[in-house]
Amino acid sequence: MTTFIEIVRRDLRLSMRHGMDTIMVVMFFVLVILLLPLGVGPEPTVLARISGGMIWVSALLASMLSVERLFQTDYEDGSLELLVIQPFMLELTVTAKVISHWLITGLPLLIIAPLLAGMLHTGKDGFAALLLTLAVGTPLLSLIGSIGAALILGARQGSILLSLLVLPLYIPILIFGVSAVDAAIHGLPWRLPVLILGSLLIGLAPFSVWATAAALRETMRR
Amino acid sequence: MVTSSSDRENVYFASDQVACFRGGRTVFVGVTFSINSGGAVLVKGPNGIGKSTMLRILAGLMRPIYGTLKWHDHKTHVEPEIHFKRIHYVGHHDPVKPALTVIENVSFWASLHGTRDHVQSALEEFDIAHLADVPARFLSAGQKRKVNLTRILTAPTRLWLLDEPTTGLDAATVAKFEQCMAAHRNSGGMIILSTHTPLDLPEAQVLNLSDYQPEAAAHDNLY
Repeated sequence: MTTFIEIVRRDLRLSMRHGMDTIMVVMFFVLVILLLPLGVGPEPTVLARISGGMIWVSALLASMLSVERLFQTDYEDGSLELLVIQPFMLELTVTAKVISHWLITGLPLLIIAPLLAGMLHTGKDGFAALLLTLAVGTPLLSLIGSIGAALILGARQGSILLSLLVLPLYIPILIFGVSAVDAAIHGLPWRLPVLILGSLLIGLAPFSVWATAAALRETMRR
Repeated sequence: MVTSSSDRENVYFASDQVACFRGGRTVFVGVTFSINSGGAVLVKGPNGIGKSTMLRILAGLMRPIYGTLKWHDHKTHVEPEIHFKRIHYVGHHDPVKPALTVIENVSFWASLHGTRDHVQSALEEFDIAHLADVPARFLSAGQKRKVNLTRILTAPTRLWLLDEPTTGLDAATVAKFEQCMAAHRNSGGMIILSTHTPLDLPEAQVLNLSDYQPEAAAHDNLY
């Protein structure tokens, strides 16, 4: 447990010192949303209708952009090979790193999302659904992204490969996330999609961690 | 050096007929050696012969295609975490984060091995205690290597696997490190290392990987 906290603390500290990860993700997220009214026009009804989908798509892309670096620097400076041969389960290390990734990139998105939802006239019903689905969905994005991040280590053109690997797996999260927000905006019950997202999180968390650890071990054998 | 009796307990690590297949070719076959408490093995051979690969196999980072590694009678790959607890591995890279200070870097790796008690004394050992609060991005290549070597002094393990550990070090530090290795062996530790620079490693066995190159005929037999 102490090792777990040590790894989270180290990653948070590294991110604080560099400061770029969080700023990059939030800036990307905000800029994409800011471009939207310029593209589709400023009518509140139109914006409200597409706001859930837009916020979700931007959050998804922002998360994917940042997850690429989850293992990259550790891989380049040799930290990763040492992390693989520490006297505890590699799955623990992976969990710690995914949690720090979410704290560094997912949580800021969650905090900034209400502001953007306000800009897009999402309305108070959609608001609650948006926050709840993002709260459940962004950890899922980090988890699935970590598998891709581990698989692309050492590959050239890794970022393109990462999007090819990870974006198809993000589709269910997007569908259930957006359908909950849409249902809420139209005054329909939106409990079911949120529950499905929650069960995806519970079900995929152990699998993703295991798959990521396996991919990292395999990377070391090349 | 005073050591407790449990530290003195004899250990035995052996490589039995280890072969490695990598990048479409057989790197080496039939590597067999054993090492006891206080022993040392010097892995030799020209560039590209597989010294680093051999050390990565011994560390458990890679698996041999044939053969086994044994710690007493236990095969190391059966419970890798137990093997990882016994070893320190120094590879080609220095896992030193530029954004963290020297002491933060060393403390992190020490805490993963469960103790931070020896961080300060280890820093003093390599004369980098005065750099403790300096961010590692200001360090030279040699100083980064010192930080990396400090890491292995912070937590005692039985087996040190060192892949050209003295790269970039000045003569004084190399001498210091030779003392550290001697102390480690005196307290019952084992060292397996590869190097291209002369290092004082008394009574070390020499493992020349040139002797384990696959012959054309052996190649056919293996597959």
